[in-house]
Amino acid sequence: MTALLEAEQLTAGYGAAPVLHDVDLTVATGSITAVLGANGAGKTTLLRTLSGLLRPAAGRVLLDGRDLRGVKVEQMVRRGVAHVPEGRGVVTELTVDENLRLGGLWRRDRVDARRALNEVYDLFEPLARRRRFPGHQLSGGERQMLALGRALVGRPRLLLLDEPSLGLAPRVTAQIMGLLRTLRDNTGLTVLLVEQNVRSALSVADTGIVMSLGRVVADADAATLRDDEEMRHAYLGF
Amino acid sequence: MDRFVFLTFDGLSRGAVYAAFALALVLIWRATRIVNFAQGAMAVATAYVGYSVSAATGSYWLGFVVAVLGGLLLGAVTERVVMRFVDHSSPLNGVVVALGLVLVIQGVLGMIYGNEFLPAEAPFSRDAFTVGGVALLSRFDLFVFGAVCVVVVLLAVLFTRTSVGLRMRASAFAPDVSRLLGVNVGGMLTLGWALAAAVGSLAGMLVLPTELGLHPNAMDIVFVSSFTAAVVGGLDSAIGAVAGGLIVGLLLSYVSGYLGATVAPIAVLVLLVAILLGRPGGLFSRSAARAV
Repeated sequence: MTALLEAEQLTAGYGAAPVLHDVDLTVATGSITAVLGANGAGKTTLLRTLSGLLRPAAGRVLLDGRDLRGVKVEQMVRRGVAHVPEGRGVVTELTVDENLRLGGLWRRDRVDARRALNEVYDLFEPLARRRRFPGHQLSGGERQMLALGRALVGRPRLLLLDEPSLGLAPRVTAQIMGLLRTLRDNTGLTVLLVEQNVRSALSVADTGIVMSLGRVVADADAATLRDDEEMRHAYLGF
Repeated sequence: MDRFVFLTFDGLSRGAVYAAFALALVLIWRATRIVNFAQGAMAVATAYVGYSVSAATGSYWLGFVVAVLGGLLLGAVTERVVMRFVDHSSPLNGVVVALGLVLVIQGVLGMIYGNEFLPAEAPFSRDAFTVGGVALLSRFDLFVFGAVCVVVVLLAVLFTRTSVGLRMRASAFAPDVSRLLGVNVGGMLTLGWALAAAVGSLAGMLVLPTELGLHPNAMDIVFVSSFTAAVVGGLDSAIGAVAGGLIVGLLLSYVSGYLGATVAPIAVLVLLVAILLGRPGGLFSRSAARAV
């Protein structure tokens, strides 16, 4: 299994005190990796550093083995990395269609961009029915679909997802997780998934990384994390 | 009654200019949350350049075009070289920097061109047509209406129907999310400033022939009136800018006509205070929260 994304001794934060300390991480191509941990563990900061929104104080991020230092945030999507941020980032003043189109504007191949857009509408039927609705009229589940769909319009290789289950009903969460599994199986999509909903995340993940206070405290395959009671109690709270 | 009709048309004509100028202010406000207090000075600067070109070539229209293109360039340069580096933590920072720019621009203009009024010619006759004995609009007024309408329509089409417009709106509403989607947010900001400054320059060229002449401070009152128009309409609303412009134009016209021209600037300030007390968000404000 080749590593699509790697972090080496990543240290990053906002202001004086770093939030992430010496984080090492490997995401294998075609896998779903879950990043777990309590609030404040640094999971969102990790994703923001990986996608370039935050510049690390130390350490580096490698994509396909190449250092991402100096690569601007706007370039990441062109390298196949789609980051759906905390809160989903649906632009509420724009319509569903405008949000989705925004995800594909960077593509040079306009024909395939249109094809990808239609595929997303086929995938998310509620969005197709609400093309002209402004973002603020969508429910939480619909916004999650929109944020995901918008990321998929760019045909990414790596999807960074920050708490997709936040505020969603269990049934909707299960649908999202099922979709991620399907995308991995059918298209080889690699997913790095930050989640507080541990059970849902481990139900689809291949690997799990547990963070606490800005450090990685456990890195194992999902089955082990599900079964190891001590680890679960100590870091995952159940 | 005749007087009222005349004042109404005159007010709408001036109002169209304030509408265009207010639109320029709203464009920059929506994209950057900065009120461009230097907009008037920038417009005057490009009007001077247009004047020089007209004087050198004998062609008014060449000067006009150069003034508007100069606005594009000046807006882009101002954003890239000055405004980009303003710390956004306090809204006052942008205001202070812009006011500093005003001092610099007006000072430099005074040094190059002197402080006497230079003639600002109108490309069309300013004599009003009379219909049934009532003086209505002049050819120049029609030109002003036409020009502002074209600008408003072009901007509306740009923002709602083109992918550039979509990128610009997304960059204004959600800059980080837009970056993650591959949008060159910095470039969109520069483009927004360039367009707004070009609109401001156009408005300047339309209003200066009706003022005393070309002078470094010639757009100061126009700026205050247009700023009031933008606030009356709601700083976030383009339609509000147009409506506000027409309202301010009409108000100034009626007050000048019935109470005297010296009272007119006071009327604008009274309107500003009234709106801020009564409906500070402006007439067309929605209470929509900004997206997180």
